[in-house]
Amino acid sequence: MDFSDTKEEAAFRKEANDWLGANVPSEEELEALDDKGRAKFWQKKKFDAGWACLRWPKEFGGRDASAIENVIWGQEEAQFTTPDSSMFQIGQGMCGPTMMAWATEEQNKLYMPSLASGEEVWCQLFSEPAGGSDLAALRTRAERDGDDWIINGQKIWTSGAHFSDYAIIVLRTDPLVPKHQGLSYFFLSMKTPGIEVKPIKQISGASNFNEVYFTDVRVSDAQRLGAVGQGWQVALTTLMNERASIGAGGGIGFDAVFALAQKVNMDDRPAIEDAGVRRKLADWYVQEAGLKYTGYRTLSALSRGDLPGPENSIGKLVGAPKTQDMASFAIDLLEGMGVIADSELSDLANKFQHAYMNSPGLRIAGGTDEVMANIIAERVLGMPQDVRVDKGIPFNEVPTSD
Amino acid sequence: MNFEFSDEQNLLREQARGFLGDNCGTKVVRNILEGDNSYDQDLWRQIVEMGWTAAVIPEEYDGLGLGYLELSVIAEELGRVYAPVPFSSSVYLASEAILAAGSDAQKEAWLPKLASGNTIGCFALVEGPGQSSEANISASVEGGTLTGTKLPVADGDIADVAVVIAKQNDSVSAFLVDLTASGVSRQAVSTIDPTRSHAKIEFSGAAAELLGEEDQGWALVEKIYDRAAVLFAWEQVGGADTSLDMAKEYSLGRFAFGRPIASYQAIKHKLTNAYVKNTLARGNCYYGSWALSTNAPELPVAAAAARVSAIQAYHFASKENIQTHGGMGFTWEFDCQFPYRRSKLLAVNIGSESAWQEKLISAIENERAA
Repeated sequence: MDFSDTKEEAAFRKEANDWLGANVPSEEELEALDDKGRAKFWQKKKFDAGWACLRWPKEFGGRDASAIENVIWGQEEAQFTTPDSSMFQIGQGMCGPTMMAWATEEQNKLYMPSLASGEEVWCQLFSEPAGGSDLAALRTRAERDGDDWIINGQKIWTSGAHFSDYAIIVLRTDPLVPKHQGLSYFFLSMKTPGIEVKPIKQISGASNFNEVYFTDVRVSDAQRLGAVGQGWQVALTTLMNERASIGAGGGIGFDAVFALAQKVNMDDRPAIEDAGVRRKLADWYVQEAGLKYTGYRTLSALSRGDLPGPENSIGKLVGAPKTQDMASFAIDLLEGMGVIADSELSDLANKFQHAYMNSPGLRIAGGTDEVMANIIAERVLGMPQDVRVDKGIPFNEVPTSD
Repeated sequence: MNFEFSDEQNLLREQARGFLGDNCGTKVVRNILEGDNSYDQDLWRQIVEMGWTAAVIPEEYDGLGLGYLELSVIAEELGRVYAPVPFSSSVYLASEAILAAGSDAQKEAWLPKLASGNTIGCFALVEGPGQSSEANISASVEGGTLTGTKLPVADGDIADVAVVIAKQNDSVSAFLVDLTASGVSRQAVSTIDPTRSHAKIEFSGAAAELLGEEDQGWALVEKIYDRAAVLFAWEQVGGADTSLDMAKEYSLGRFAFGRPIASYQAIKHKLTNAYVKNTLARGNCYYGSWALSTNAPELPVAAAAARVSAIQAYHFASKENIQTHGGMGFTWEFDCQFPYRRSKLLAVNIGSESAWQEKLISAIENERAA
């Protein structure tokens, strides 16, 4: 066991680091730009030099890099202060891989380079008011009309729909067959007439998600991915990539709560001297360290050119509830002052309050804790699916809540 | 990044798993639980023949001079089958203490015998209820003879030599005591896990030879415990994995309300929880083994993290294994009792969960203050 790079990995790391050292934009270069402008500026610069979407084929705007090279690039980029690229995460992390698996070569040549370069942003239209954990229960209809399909219905929880140029979407094309069999998958321009985007205000006060309404929206049959009725299978490609791209962070961890416990008092001495506080911190430390070293095992597999094992699937399930618990505990450590959100009066609670209000979303987005637990039980442990009362029943006869 | 066991180490794992599968099934463990033997002597002889007791002892003392990654692999496999042998006492504790603190003469006298398995070693620290500390040791050595009582001593009834922690001239030191000589009286005691024997040892003027420097006894305890914690944690992770496998297999075959109980989310989420805890503990064990095998300054943090998470994982997996089996898991005939017993035994053998949580945070404070 060792933590060092192979010779090839070290050479790649140096190449990446050298390029970043010479090309990370200065504050002057970015001065005139807003957050999205900064993200697009940096993405384009990386793309032009061959450092965008490293795993993708060169002809679609990537670098044909290996999985470990992609990880090394991420580690090196993280060493520098660069514009926040999270607005590209869903498009490049989920939509792109789905397109490359299912779209025609011409389509990919046409659409993928501008997705890689950040010039165009993509979003994912999956969840619906009636289809969350039970995604396949979605109802938004697509009806055939000559060479087109006409879409009517509503999507929800769409990140970035308000600034996206394109989208991938799963639609119900046949309500008379059992639910998984009646779905088809498309991509479309978000500028298509009949699409209306409304932001959702979250409990945190921020608006990262949207409702997207469809009224007689026309999409060409040429933009269908997979066969009619094969939408669920295509969606699984996207969902497999989703798990890889949704993190479980939240900006707070052991270090932040440890530092706070050194700063505030409990029983007239630093809280860090309290045995109860120390035990809680120890429990969180071993979870964090366990995830970190499990991650190292995954990297080792990638470094050898092997597929990572199933142990990689636990990150979100462990990380999201931990963030919530630690944020709650940190606010408790501040006692009465834990309620203060005014940074002029006290800035101690701010980041913990932010994590506290944000963490319920982490436990839901991209598969709830409960769905993640089912996935591990079924795919890793090989346990059977729960009984489904809607199995084999035509979708339009399945009982619903409304 | 190569944070994995090597092909050779994985080959050793396969051999160990195959051997223990053939020779240490639950019948073997049950024989010790229900019989009068303190340990399985046949199994011990075979383990010795395979060189496991000699693994990390240097070649100059007739050992194999392998590394701690190899020993980690062996520990996990022994833990997986709850092997009823004095391996941890003799290898992780007694041999390690002599290797760490022994004079050349002491190493020459004891290590070849410990490597050959002809001699079994043990580690005598605990004297009574509550956490042992430098301040509450009352066994004492005066003029080269030891007086006092140690209870419980893992494998104290079958060991030939003990590393004893005792006071001398008002400070705590470590001593080597030949348990077959005069001034030693010992009796096996009944414990929560009879598949690992424990004893009460009374010393009344037994010859005791200083091991290491005077006043350095407690430092040696901490050092040996940090090293042993990684290996105990591997045994615990092995046992936790067995517990999860047992629960899963049973849930797949057991039907209730017309379907396998493995299809109920209550069971799936419980076992996923066990899988998560086992995986986190395993990650920490990897890091612990790295630190142990490279004598890294990170060992105190790495060992404590491995130990805390492995205690938690084994406790959870072994208790929920019984729960998943329902009433049958509570019967004497079923094997669920083995990991349940062993998890609790290993959880207190070298310091409890709360003691190691405290050690972990202290070690992190030390690391950050440095």
